[in-house]
Amino acid sequence: MTGRLQALGRATLDGLQALGGAVLLLGRLLRGATVVLVRPRLLVEQVYAVGTLSLVIIAVSALFVGMVLGLQGYYTLVDFGADDSVGTLVALSLVRELGPVVTALLFAGRAGSSLTAEIGLMKATEQLSSMEMMAVDPERRILAPRFAAALVAVPLLAAVFSAVGVIGGYLVAVGMLGIDGGAFWSNMQSAVDVTPDILNGVIKSVAFGFVAGWIALYMGYTAEPTAQGVSRATTQGVVRTSLAVLGLDFLLTALMFD
Amino acid sequence: MTGDEVLARVRDLRFQRGRRWIFDGVDLDIRRGQVTAIMGPSGSGKTTLLRLLGGQLRPHGGSVQVAGQEVPRLSRPELYRLRRRMGMLFQSGALFTHLSVFENVAFPIREHAELPEPLLRALVLLKLEAVGLRGARSLMPAELSGGMARRVALARAIALDPVLVMYDEPFTGQDPITMGVLIELIRRLNDILGLSSVVVSHDVEETLAIADYVYVIADGRLLAEGSPAQLRASDSAAVRQFLDARADGPVPFHYPAPGLAEELLDGEGP
Ligand SMILES: Nc1ncnc2c1ncn2[C@@H]1O[C@H](COP(=O)(O)OP(=O)(O)OP(=O)(O)O)[C@@H](O)[C@H]1O
Ligand SMILES: [Mg+2]
Repeated sequence: MTGRLQALGRATLDGLQALGGAVLLLGRLLRGATVVLVRPRLLVEQVYAVGTLSLVIIAVSALFVGMVLGLQGYYTLVDFGADDSVGTLVALSLVRELGPVVTALLFAGRAGSSLTAEIGLMKATEQLSSMEMMAVDPERRILAPRFAAALVAVPLLAAVFSAVGVIGGYLVAVGMLGIDGGAFWSNMQSAVDVTPDILNGVIKSVAFGFVAGWIALYMGYTAEPTAQGVSRATTQGVVRTSLAVLGLDFLLTALMFD
Repeated sequence: MTGDEVLARVRDLRFQRGRRWIFDGVDLDIRRGQVTAIMGPSGSGKTTLLRLLGGQLRPHGGSVQVAGQEVPRLSRPELYRLRRRMGMLFQSGALFTHLSVFENVAFPIREHAELPEPLLRALVLLKLEAVGLRGARSLMPAELSGGMARRVALARAIALDPVLVMYDEPFTGQDPITMGVLIELIRRLNDILGLSSVVVSHDVEETLAIADYVYVIADGRLLAEGSPAQLRASDSAAVRQFLDARADGPVPFHYPAPGLAEELLDGEGP
């Protein structure tokens, strides 16, 4: 009994300590991220790295998601004689919800996991230590640009996702189901607004990029410096990011559209 | 405090890992312009000592001074300023795996100095030439042998022309010819550039050949110190055991453990 209580207490303390460590790291990441103002190349390199990692998978997923939305939307709306509005439904679902969320989930699996593994391995092979001994701060030189890159890349990728998704919806609705192309676009245009729809989507995706970058880097930076430790951190990073993104999505949606 | 010929001064150093005291009251001096060797059995804390000197670990007691500054008390910017004048060769090499050999050596220079590209190139090639790897400059670390990787790491450690260079096992995995070149190189860098060097090594002959002064540590304490000649002439059993590479003697070869017979018969635990 005392043994279990003790274990519970220890787990709670460990959890709190990890949370504290993560918050402290976030502070240093935010401060360190100013490095990209002085050396924009560091940011460009990282955006390119995480962006190219995720671009294909995001475009392909978006195409399918858009096509499914087109189908489902059509079958639902056609009963109400509103099948011309399928473009609106596709676009709103993507911009407000699926674009940011699915992008963040895919990003976590593709780019986030690779960030965690990269940082974890750099730590395990003493590359971060040796950088410190060269008087180069690894948090500023290695971690912060990657964090900034996640902040920039996730919204960009979410925009790509929404755009490709709309095209997928168009292909199904207009190409397959015979909806009038003009009606598809014009209904969409009149129903989707920059504020709140697009702006809220952008805010969400920036928030998700923030969370995905932060968790991925924290997991890698605190990984046990062994092969096992790094692989565990990588998996845990993806799981935690996914949960955090979904939870945060609910929170943001409740705040935004009430 | 400074101005004298001692660059780094360690006094009554105490450092603990778990419940084990890695250092339990160690004094040593790194003198300017000299090659100081630290020898000791594996696991005796040689790498730990270098990390304490570089401020990557904090001692649990005693004082670690480098260039007159108390290392554990330095603020982060002060520590980084001090480290710019230190070079360290990591035992594992610790090359940046995403950068080529050339870029690895160029890295500290690029980070700390705004040099025009041709000058940077010349500097890097000179450092690589010194370790005999100018021709390998476009290889990636994964394409190097262990010994080559260590030499690249050495070139990188001296890239900023540090005042104090710390070599953790520079000779491991080198063939006899390269070993000779490295000994020559460490000595020459030390004397021509007026550096001070700390060499951590198990290789008794090489180390005695290169060092001006030698410290032998074991069991958390200083076992012996002196010039190579003094150590060679020593009749202390422990020193003899270490220099003559014998497993039995006063220096324990094993990590602290209960008796073997006891543990084998006990039959419990991992
Ligand atoms: N991160 C760590 N956590 C716990 N103990 C450690 C850690 N690093 C080293 N140690 C312990 O500290 C002791 C000294 O380690 P250190 O690496 O300084 O030895 P060393 O003298 O450099 O050995 P070698 O010659 O094999 O490189 C070892 O017994 C090791 O078990
Ligand atoms: Mg060592």
